[in-house]
Amino acid sequence: MTGLDADIAHLLAGAMVLVSFLLLYQDRMFALLNTFAVHACVLAFSVGWQAYLQRAPHLFITALIALLFKGVIIPVALHRIVVRLGIHRTIEAVVGIGPTMLVGMALVGLSIVVMLPVTQAEAAFAREDLAFALSVVLLGFLMMVTRGNAVSQVIGFMSLENGLVLAATGARGMPLVVEISVGFSVLIAFFVVGIFLFRIRERFDTVDLQALDMSRGESA
Amino acid sequence: MSLAPGTAALIGLLGVPALGALVLTVTRNYRLGAALNVSFSALTLLSALTLYWHRPELTLYLLVDDVNTVFLIVGARVALTTSAFSAGYIAHELQTRRLRSRDLRFYHALYQLLMFAMNLALVSNNIGLMWVAIELATLTTVVMVGIYRTNAALEAAWKYFILGSVGIALALFGTILVYLAAEEHLGQGMSAMAWDRLAAHSASLDPALLNLSFIFLLLGYGTKVGLVPVHAWLPDAHAEGPTPISAVLSGLLLNVALFALLRYKLIMAGNASVLAPGPMMVTMGLLSLGFAGFMIFRRRDIKRMFAYSSIEHMGIITLAFGLGGPLANFAGLLHMAMHSLTKSSIFFGVGYIAQLEGTQQIADIRGLTQSAPLLGWLLVVGVVAIAGLPPFGVFTSEFLLVTSTFARIPWLAILLGLGLIIGFSAMMLRLHGLAFGATDQRFSLPAYRLAPMALQLAIVAAAGIYLPGPVVAWFRHVARLLG
Repeated sequence: MTGLDADIAHLLAGAMVLVSFLLLYQDRMFALLNTFAVHACVLAFSVGWQAYLQRAPHLFITALIALLFKGVIIPVALHRIVVRLGIHRTIEAVVGIGPTMLVGMALVGLSIVVMLPVTQAEAAFAREDLAFALSVVLLGFLMMVTRGNAVSQVIGFMSLENGLVLAATGARGMPLVVEISVGFSVLIAFFVVGIFLFRIRERFDTVDLQALDMSRGESA
Repeated sequence: MSLAPGTAALIGLLGVPALGALVLTVTRNYRLGAALNVSFSALTLLSALTLYWHRPELTLYLLVDDVNTVFLIVGARVALTTSAFSAGYIAHELQTRRLRSRDLRFYHALYQLLMFAMNLALVSNNIGLMWVAIELATLTTVVMVGIYRTNAALEAAWKYFILGSVGIALALFGTILVYLAAEEHLGQGMSAMAWDRLAAHSASLDPALLNLSFIFLLLGYGTKVGLVPVHAWLPDAHAEGPTPISAVLSGLLLNVALFALLRYKLIMAGNASVLAPGPMMVTMGLLSLGFAGFMIFRRRDIKRMFAYSSIEHMGIITLAFGLGGPLANFAGLLHMAMHSLTKSSIFFGVGYIAQLEGTQQIADIRGLTQSAPLLGWLLVVGVVAIAGLPPFGVFTSEFLLVTSTFARIPWLAILLGLGLIIGFSAMMLRLHGLAFGATDQRFSLPAYRLAPMALQLAIVAAAGIYLPGPVVAWFRHVARLLG
């Protein structure tokens, strides 16, 4: 593997971290969906590049799933659901944008600090890929925590899952990657169908403690 | 060509529930569906029992050893009684129109699918396959929890879905890290994901990667076990789903997730230079035990209260396995089996209580020993058993655990004892209101409906008084294997 090959892999993985940051501060639903589509496309390129580098044709299937399913079908479906449910205006964030970005940066720092020393035995190129992947996963978590709305939670989960696929393809010769990415697609399809069928708009918690107690079966 | 009995049993173990799911999808009549559900579960138990004597050959994907046969048999046993209980339970749900017959078709098919997924998770030798199976089990239970489609049920299902997926994602990251650690020594491809090879060669795996992976796996699969602080889905899922599913969740799914953790603990145990996984498991177990004990005091919903009791007991079991050593492992295994049997039978009782009283609020339920004597007394027996009083099996395992802890780490035994007492007193306090007190209501419940509950409690009581020699020898052997 030449230096250029590794550089391109890093460029694509780094771009995913960057797009994850973009996802964090979107405050319009449609913009969020578009940004996620970009995230999925970058993942598709990254996986495709790995497939080429590792001479692993089955990874092209994973890349194709990322491109078609997560880059096109899911964003379009969510777009229509958002219009139907009439929730396209705003995304209420539980935590403000500024603190969220700061925490995000801290998480990226953390994943680099954790990953790089641990993976010294691995090839340099796999190490950094893994650090990027963990950053994407953690940023996905952050997004799920800071957003109070079902659709953006699902987007957060999907970006997290993109990080996992990135990690799995970075681990050379790992079997079952295609199967796992198909499994995740099924999971996501469940999410989307669930939102649509049951019209889940919000995460269910509320500042009204009485309502919270009711739902926990705790009010006397 | 004739099939070896072990292979046939393994095929039965996986094939019967898979086939059952298909058959039940097309079975319209709910009585027939319930009967088929029971028969498929019985066949699965039969296959699991056969595996005790005949082992199939080890492959890269599937593995049957002494450790997972314990989990398989306990699981299939509880699944069979639950399916029998469920037959009576759902008939009532259909009468009160909480469920439609189309839902029931779906419900029965999912029940078998869940059995398939759990059996697959238990017998898989491939850590990736195990992950897929646990994901499948989670998905089926999510759908079952939400089956009533009330707001509360949907909320519980959604919460379970989100938290379960996050747990699954963490576990996958951990799995990838384990593969990375193994790939160098075991070669790329399937053999670096085969559990038996990982465990055999763990000494040569990269310790730093293993450490990191175990933290991810502990949090990921720990979510499924319901360990504090990643337990939040568990009470909701137990309270809002159909009661047979609460029984299956508590009695089976939590064990399967714990089993996955144990597999990884064994990989860690083979490598001298990694972080000891024990103390982490002990900490989470102790935390769950203490936290759940206090939460039981405050519950007003009866199913939610027993859900917290499940968290408490999973905490105890995790603590026992975390502590390790033949005696603590023995206590952990015994407690796992006893908790599955006791808690599922308590949920059977609670299911009938909620149907008869029409409420799950503890404050509205009084004097059960008068209004429905047999059910009331069985509940008393169940709660006394789960609270850890003699002469029941739960007492035996808790006693073993406390004494073995005391011999090794006295201060931990004090904390453990304190946690047990908190849980115990909370249970007793609530039981008093539920079972005794004046009431002028009278319910009629056919005694045969209570047979599954009575049968399981009888086993728990018998185990507390006398454990048969072969069982003791078997559990001892497994406890040694668990390190």
